[in-house]
Amino acid sequence: MSDPVSALHHATNSEGLVSICEIGPVGMITLRGDLSAKPFQKAAIAAGGVNIPNQGRCLMELDRGIAWMSPDELLILCRYDDVAGKLGDLNGKLAKHHALAVNVSDARAVFELRGARVREVMAKLAPVDLHPEVFTPGMFRRTRLGQVAAAFWMPEEDVVRLICFRSSAQYVFDLLGVASQKGSEVDLF
Amino acid sequence: MSTRLATGGRLLNKSNALSFRFNGTEMRGYEGDTLASALLANDQMLVGRSFKYHRPRGVVAAGPEEPNGLVNLGRGDRFEPNARVTTTELFEDLYAESQNHWPSLEFDVGAINKYLSRFLPAGFYYKMFIHPRPLWKHVYEPFIRHSAGLGKAPKERDGDTYEHVHAFCDVLVIGGGVAGLEAARAAALTGARVIVMEQYAHWGGRTPVDRGEIDGAPAQDWIDATLTELAGMENVTLRTRTMGAGVYDHGYVLGYERLTDHAPDLDGPRHRLWRVRARHIITATGALERPLSFAGNDIPGVMLAAAMRDYVVNWGVSVGDRTVVVTNNDDAYLTAIALKHAGLDVPAILDARVLPQDSELMAQAKALGIRVLMGHAISSVKGVKRVTGVAVCSQAGAGAVLEEIACDAVAMSGGWSPVVHLWSHCGGKLRWDTGNACFSPHPDHPPLGADGAQFVTTAGAASGMFQLDDVLNDAFAAADGVTRTLGLKLPRAVAAPKGERREEAPMAPVWLMPQGASVKLREKAWLDYQNDVKVSDVRLAAQEGFVSVEHAKRYTTLGMATDQGKLSNINGLAVLAGALNEDIPAVGTTTFRPPYHPISMGAIAGEARDAVFQPVRRTPLHDWHDANGAQWEPVGQWRRPYAYKREGESTRDAVMREVTNTRQKLGLLDASTLGKIIVKGPDAGKFLDMLYTNMMSTLKPGKCRYGLMCNDNGFLIDDGVVARIDDDTWLCHTTTGGAERIHAHMEEWLQTEWWDWQVYVANVTEQYAQIAVVGPNARKALERLGGVDVSKEALGFMEWAEGTLGGYAVRIYRISFSGELSYEIAVDASHGQALWDTLLAVGADLGAAPYGTEALHILRAEKGFIMIGDETDGTVIPQDLGLHWALSKKKDDYLGKRAQERSHMADPDRWKLVGLETVDGSTLPDGAYAVGEGKNENGQRNMIGRVTSSYHSPTLDKGIAMGLVLHGPDRMGEVLDFPGTDGKTYQAKIVDPVFYDKEGTKQDV
Repeated sequence: MSDPVSALHHATNSEGLVSICEIGPVGMITLRGDLSAKPFQKAAIAAGGVNIPNQGRCLMELDRGIAWMSPDELLILCRYDDVAGKLGDLNGKLAKHHALAVNVSDARAVFELRGARVREVMAKLAPVDLHPEVFTPGMFRRTRLGQVAAAFWMPEEDVVRLICFRSSAQYVFDLLGVASQKGSEVDLF
Repeated sequence: MSTRLATGGRLLNKSNALSFRFNGTEMRGYEGDTLASALLANDQMLVGRSFKYHRPRGVVAAGPEEPNGLVNLGRGDRFEPNARVTTTELFEDLYAESQNHWPSLEFDVGAINKYLSRFLPAGFYYKMFIHPRPLWKHVYEPFIRHSAGLGKAPKERDGDTYEHVHAFCDVLVIGGGVAGLEAARAAALTGARVIVMEQYAHWGGRTPVDRGEIDGAPAQDWIDATLTELAGMENVTLRTRTMGAGVYDHGYVLGYERLTDHAPDLDGPRHRLWRVRARHIITATGALERPLSFAGNDIPGVMLAAAMRDYVVNWGVSVGDRTVVVTNNDDAYLTAIALKHAGLDVPAILDARVLPQDSELMAQAKALGIRVLMGHAISSVKGVKRVTGVAVCSQAGAGAVLEEIACDAVAMSGGWSPVVHLWSHCGGKLRWDTGNACFSPHPDHPPLGADGAQFVTTAGAASGMFQLDDVLNDAFAAADGVTRTLGLKLPRAVAAPKGERREEAPMAPVWLMPQGASVKLREKAWLDYQNDVKVSDVRLAAQEGFVSVEHAKRYTTLGMATDQGKLSNINGLAVLAGALNEDIPAVGTTTFRPPYHPISMGAIAGEARDAVFQPVRRTPLHDWHDANGAQWEPVGQWRRPYAYKREGESTRDAVMREVTNTRQKLGLLDASTLGKIIVKGPDAGKFLDMLYTNMMSTLKPGKCRYGLMCNDNGFLIDDGVVARIDDDTWLCHTTTGGAERIHAHMEEWLQTEWWDWQVYVANVTEQYAQIAVVGPNARKALERLGGVDVSKEALGFMEWAEGTLGGYAVRIYRISFSGELSYEIAVDASHGQALWDTLLAVGADLGAAPYGTEALHILRAEKGFIMIGDETDGTVIPQDLGLHWALSKKKDDYLGKRAQERSHMADPDRWKLVGLETVDGSTLPDGAYAVGEGKNENGQRNMIGRVTSSYHSPTLDKGIAMGLVLHGPDRMGEVLDFPGTDGKTYQAKIVDPVFYDKEGTKQDV
């Protein structure tokens, strides 16, 4: 097997208000099921290595974690190479339960934004209240970025991690570049 | 003449002189000037021509309500028409040209129209240019288009960038005058998140000009202190040069921030559109002064009284040396007093009122030696391009001239109207305020949000408060009330500051001056300066039966110009009410719609231009295609290679080569865009049986089946191959454009109708790169890679297998959309390019070459395979396409089944799919219609069919087509006529739609 190639080959842009970097490949598993069922929770926790996050939140540790996607869906993040093993494990543990676990690692692109102005760069593109007291590390938001779907969270202050579909990676990269162009400071937060 | 005064100009930085050009003439101004004040300082009174009569026009106002001062601003990629001189801040090297004149501003040929004005009344165009019909298109319209129009259209791409920003707050205050600042201060003290937007570059509104004391000190002191206080609060965002443009449902507000208009050399976007969600909106938008309607009120030099005061105080500019003030209220006296203090002459104040005793301001004016004539009015203004004097008459009479007063400027005031636009955008109602003769917000009928609660509140002059103490109290009360509804509370002992109160005599409504003005005077009394609507026009409209204010507006074009009637509306509808003998509130207002003042198209588009104008979806192989001659075809938001052009080839050559190569050797297709949806669960089989017209539950694991999907009206919406992965998992392929739509369709049925079925779906379209390996050499190529047995025995037609092919973890589907031996290989997208490269390498000597979507289309058309979107258009059912075999008879139900049993769906006269072959081998025009006998009720030839797909087949070396034809399958061999748009009539024979390998032996080897 060849080495996996992410959508933009780790493209970076540090010309503007924030630095933008495509990180990847990142392992991702869509897990659907009854979030309140014990066996489901146990399997998810084992796969994600963290607890089940509450609605609108995520629990992330370095390169793994779980994000809440919807009332019956979680997103498990892990190392790209760990996906096959985790999928097998999930399917085994949930064989007798109605659940769905699928690999979506290659369907996505992941970006990291860094800088004191990440909040306002995001606020230009996503209809999300990014006030520091409102959107805090630990929250996870499925939303749109410009004209495409995206999800993001802040691992820590001044850092945003953002997931989009692989096919729109170039658009998102270009879009973030435009939104962080020099002279476009908003001074909103 | 208008000129710069030696002193004054509180907004100017006189240490920074700027030069600019107007109509080619170099002029000087200062930092802090608007283009309007700078033009006036250079004695440029004439700034444009009116729309219809090309009358000379001068600056009338000092703010966004200005109807006349519109210019073509900038050059090249910075050119913008209809820039308003009063809202354009001066900068070094500003370049402006006046509009709507020919050949020059000073001498304009179109001004001849004014002599024809008797023959160009309201509705003239409607009445005259409608007959005879052909003249409209060839004579009238080109003429009107030439003579009409304000600014020029830009010729170059906009050189600036724009952006949006999303902001959220508890209280959004629109307007940074004293009311807005006080409302913001009070709201902020409760801890609310507050955003304050001010359209100008400076705070305080017009209070610093009008003077008055707050808490016993000059208002400016309070403004400065309050700004400092607000700037120091973490929960407050202050934005100047940001206009509240529109209020929409759910507390959504658009703000228009102009970042570099005043300094074009700055980096960054020119405009920023604020998309604000506010829990509550306070509109502290102030009030606009109304003109008075008297003959010659449009002659340059006639200006709103408050604007004239603004020019003196803010920019140190005098509009004239001798100014006659004409008014129906006390406020205009402030102008007379300000002019006097600036050392200018005010020969008279003509006050339409007759007051029993002098008001405070009147007494002040008289004390300054100004002559005050009560009960007097202007009969007409003298002058053409410039005021030279006024003829004075009695307001009560018909305009008989009592005396003439020489002057070079007239300051007029017809009273004030609150700016109710933002209040009204979402349905706030108005009430008639008799005392101030204006519409003001009706506190009992505010705009209501989704929860039924008020979400917009006015403050200050926008509420109809005109005294400084009322303004401040109202603003404080607004903020207090609003924050209470948000569950917030002011700290104890916070109170409104104390504003000064001026004793004023009541104003008197004056809608026409003099009240009995003759027709001759009425024809010169302008209501709408930009669109040339006069008192006489509105009266004529009323006389002709346009009694609704909305109809009268459109008939006369009153208020339809770029200023949207900020000055003309109330006067116009008062005249209309007068003509109809109705009360003004009974006539009502026209509708206030956003934006309050025009905003740039760039701001609306935001960042969406150039590379990010629209998202372009790319497959994992996109870059390879791009580097290998791909001619792109948009398919939804995807780009797919239409064909790969080689050197010396035309696109058509390439397509023909690709088809032939695939039929004879080996073609590779990037099929990654096809939708792939996982459907899993105990009820998945039942679910798919409902979704597809054929049976999917009986499909065995390891097998594939082609399926059709209909909507509940029976129409075909998608097709594709379904593979059964395991006992309770299926993978459904959809069309490229159908992936998101069908995924949503599935979720909708699962969430709304069959919510108790145990099924999960997931759209995994982008997880895989999918490569079709097609042609007689396909198996050989895959065998060279090894790892998966792809023999006919191990992997038969319509079967799939999983394995490691040449080191790649893949799923291989033995399916064919071309009629050839064909495998579709799905690999994780991150390995897609590597697999593609590998296939090209191992297939090199087998003739491996990529093919694009046009070759794909021809290959499938040769086989008579339908294409969603070609053979279907939302009105086609499977039965039309002869797909009865795919309609399960065993199932009780599937989506569309019942609809397909309706009489019109079962009608034997529905057009049916057939093949079409031209008699001479040429290619039928796509979309052409077949004509039958006779004509329909509209006198058009009867249609009996249409072409749905048409190509030149290199395999058969002739044109092939498919079409839907009346009784088509029963008319094999008949020749139909297809008139083309090129004037030729094409003849084609009805044939079987399968042109190539009807037995299907080639795909099943």
